Amino acid sequence: MNSMKRDKKDEEEGGGGGLFSSLDKTTVLQEARLFNETPVNPRKCTQILTKILYLLMQGEELGTREATDTFFAMTKLFQSKDIVLRRMVYLGIKELSTVAEDVIIVTSSLTKDMTGKEDLYRAAAIRALCSITDSSMLQSIERYMKQAIVDKSPSVSSAGLVSSLHLMASSGEIIRRWVNEAQEAANSDNMLVQYHAIGLLYAVRKTDRLAVIKLVSKYTSLAVRSPFATCMLIRIACRLMEDDPDNDSTYQDFLESCLRHKSEMVIYEAAHAIVNLKRTGARELSPAVSVLQLFCSSPKATLRFAAVRTLNKVAMRQPTAVTACNLDLENLISDSNRSVATLAITTLLKTGAESSIDRLMKQIASFVSEISDEFKVVVVQAIRALCVKFPRKHGVLMTFLSSLLREEGGLDYKAAIADTLITIIEENPEAKETGLAHLCEFIEDCEHTALAVRILHLLGKEGPRTNKPSRYIRFIYNRVILENACVRAAAVSALARFGALVDELTTNILVLLCRCEMDSDDEVRDRAAYYRCILENQDRSLSSHFILNEFQEGEGEPREGMLMTEKKPSAVTKTRQETLAQQLLNIPALAALPLGQLFKSSMPTDLTESETEYVVQCIKHVFPQHVVLQFECRNTLPDQLLENVRISLEIPAGFELVSEIPCPRLEYNTPGNVYSCIRLPDDPQLAMEGTFEATMKFVVKDCDPNTGLPDSDYGYDDEYIVRNDPEVYFLFPLRFLEYFWFYLQLEEVEVATGDFLVKVIEGDFQSAWDGLGEENQVTETFELPYKSLEEAVTKIVKFLSLHPSERSDRVQAGKTTHTLYLSVASLRFLLTSFL
Amino acid sequence: MDSALFEPSLYVVKGMVIMDNDGNRLLSKYYDKKTFPSVKEQKVFEKSLFQKTVRANSEIIMLDGLICLYRSNVDLFFYIMGSAQENELMLLSVLNCLYDSVSQILRKNVEKRTLLENLDVVMLAMDEICDGGIILEADANSVVERVALRTEDIPLGEQTVAQVLQSAKEQLKWSLLK
Repeated sequence: MNSMKRDKKDEEEGGGGGLFSSLDKTTVLQEARLFNETPVNPRKCTQILTKILYLLMQGEELGTREATDTFFAMTKLFQSKDIVLRRMVYLGIKELSTVAEDVIIVTSSLTKDMTGKEDLYRAAAIRALCSITDSSMLQSIERYMKQAIVDKSPSVSSAGLVSSLHLMASSGEIIRRWVNEAQEAANSDNMLVQYHAIGLLYAVRKTDRLAVIKLVSKYTSLAVRSPFATCMLIRIACRLMEDDPDNDSTYQDFLESCLRHKSEMVIYEAAHAIVNLKRTGARELSPAVSVLQLFCSSPKATLRFAAVRTLNKVAMRQPTAVTACNLDLENLISDSNRSVATLAITTLLKTGAESSIDRLMKQIASFVSEISDEFKVVVVQAIRALCVKFPRKHGVLMTFLSSLLREEGGLDYKAAIADTLITIIEENPEAKETGLAHLCEFIEDCEHTALAVRILHLLGKEGPRTNKPSRYIRFIYNRVILENACVRAAAVSALARFGALVDELTTNILVLLCRCEMDSDDEVRDRAAYYRCILENQDRSLSSHFILNEFQEGEGEPREGMLMTEKKPSAVTKTRQETLAQQLLNIPALAALPLGQLFKSSMPTDLTESETEYVVQCIKHVFPQHVVLQFECRNTLPDQLLENVRISLEIPAGFELVSEIPCPRLEYNTPGNVYSCIRLPDDPQLAMEGTFEATMKFVVKDCDPNTGLPDSDYGYDDEYIVRNDPEVYFLFPLRFLEYFWFYLQLEEVEVATGDFLVKVIEGDFQSAWDGLGEENQVTETFELPYKSLEEAVTKIVKFLSLHPSERSDRVQAGKTTHTLYLSVASLRFLLTSFL
Repeated sequence: MDSALFEPSLYVVKGMVIMDNDGNRLLSKYYDKKTFPSVKEQKVFEKSLFQKTVRANSEIIMLDGLICLYRSNVDLFFYIMGSAQENELMLLSVLNCLYDSVSQILRKNVEKRTLLENLDVVMLAMDEICDGGIILEADANSVVERVALRTEDIPLGEQTVAQVLQSAKEQLKWSLLK
């Protein structure tokens, strides 16, 4: 069979095709010398020119020298009167104009053709001429171009308009002068001339919004005949609507009238535009959707494709709007065009009911191997959305996904599937065991390291909490034997986690880890030895700290270097803490106080609106017996200098102001700090709730914005000022005094429970909790003003600024009780909330 | 598949290719330097395009973020590429125009051998259909008229029948559209 085909091909090539089958650049260029002969042989020259152009189209590249030589030889062909040859010369000029030098040499010949009598030459000559011209030369042919644009022959007019559009980028200024001619052309009867003219007019005016509005209203009212031009107008109208969301509905009416246009092209363009407009609501959408619905049953594959693709977009935003089309979409599932079928199914999955899922999945499975990866990812994303919508269907969906995983596919595609499976496992506890089983099977044969590492990480996290953790050990240990170093290291970490969490398995894991210590890779050996060492200690808190915590930090990325034991979970916060503590210690007045160890620094809170002249932020530093309030002030006025900035606080009962450090000078845009050290009351209940009213006091001096030096050197400290206004207040008019005390009322500073709690990441909450013993537990019942459990959980976590353990921040739907584990290292207590 | 509305522009066509049934390009024009900076990218694209379309006869696919419309006959494949946000029907009109004009030029013998015999005129036709990405003409008859097909080559009888049919069809179409 094969040989027969070959014979047939050879035979064909022996015929006319042979002319172009084995062309060589140098020979063809040699042949081009024939161009110089007189008289010109049109047949032969056309053939050679065709060969050159064919070579260029094949991707052959000419050097500048070769191109220039050929170009000059080509100019000789202007002598011939043969029409096809002349037209091929124009093509040749266009192709070579970018490579050859001195192409302007043909300007006069082309100008002659362009103004000549032969219509067949004129249009093509204009286009060729414009490809070799620049803005300086354009001026000399401007007159001819204007004439061409308004020429009665549509091809000439179109050529003039299109060439002008190409030249817009380089010589927009000149083209702008041709607006009148373009407007005249826009009234042409020819459909494409009208299209090109409107395109050119828009390109010229697109920076001038008002002119564009005029353009659109003029041609929409004229009822443009050309479907192409109407499509262009729709696009321009949409642009106007997007730029100005609150304009009136004239354009909307125009779009809707286009839905009733005669040409399908225009109808589709309008429907597509309505769907894509941000402001489209359900009311505007329905006519567009019904038009698309009609297109779904068109015999043209392209029209069906266009319709389904747009409906799919609608389904992403407003699934209910597409429900009416479900029946038509169902018919498209068996479409011969696989792209149409895929889009139809994904749209249905977004809009359909739970009952139809089984059937749809079966349909997809029948042809999923035939579609491109891009569409497969679309399918997977649709399934992901489904899993969230119908958790009960996880069985069918997961089986389908796992069958996809087994098939061929690129990393993006596989990662999308794995992502979806992982989301299902996390969202839906019922699906956990089956999901993990599917993933275990997948890593048995997975060529993507990054994916394998992620899945191993997930197995380590979720596996130990399942009913039969031991079944996963085999899968994980298989990786240790068979895979590359990155995967092996991840597998070792996962094993260690099983060892730390499941008591029955610890001894077995130790044996396995022992074997891993023979590994050829440093990282794997180090990890194995490290974990074995910790597990052998049989100390729960130790393993919780160094296996489980660290594991959360690692996040499963393939790591190259050594796994550092000293890398604590709170490393990031520590550094911030340390720098802040260091800053505080550098202030002699504070360092002198018996503050003790800094326990926690809060995030900065704004005490002023961010756009005021003076901006103040407060950071609370909590010490065992004290709290230091750091006010970071910033002056945003370049012509002012603030001096002697103080923050006066109203101290509530029980608290005691120990010391206050003012900021002597606050220059423009250089932050300055004011500190207040307050002793906390001994009663912990009181210490938890303190509210300080703060007022900023300062002296303002006018200064030179350039140098920052004060204009005058008055003394300060006037005592007459009375404060009764929350805004900046002054008593004397400016002309009498150049400086005064200013008072700026700030927001209150609050010290609350959250400031005394530190977030820690506890790997094994239960053992840490049990380790604390009865005497450290307090049970209290609170009534919380939240509507739902989810809301309560997120609010509590935020309020106490704590870290939820063991994913206990996820609330299962429908439950009335929920236990939230929050890990705390506090000065005084460890806290759990029961809801 | 970005849903954003893009800048209105006449630059609609990203590329036009005619391939044979082994996936070799016969004629090609690419108009978008950004999507296809060099011949290498074009060839890679053509290869995967051909693989995806050679068996499935389904007119349209999405590939590498482009809409590709195609049509085949005997041993020739015609392709038109446009951006993903483009109006598919507009591209379809270009494809139909390309196919119909080639078919008229080759006198209905749309196959590789006749195409190569008339390569010069087909090149001119492609140039008349699309200029630098802008649709220049979407009507196959006008295109054929403009490429100056040597009318004396057509046998008299065939010419008149074809032309009469075409013009009748044209008349009918316009009277319906009015």
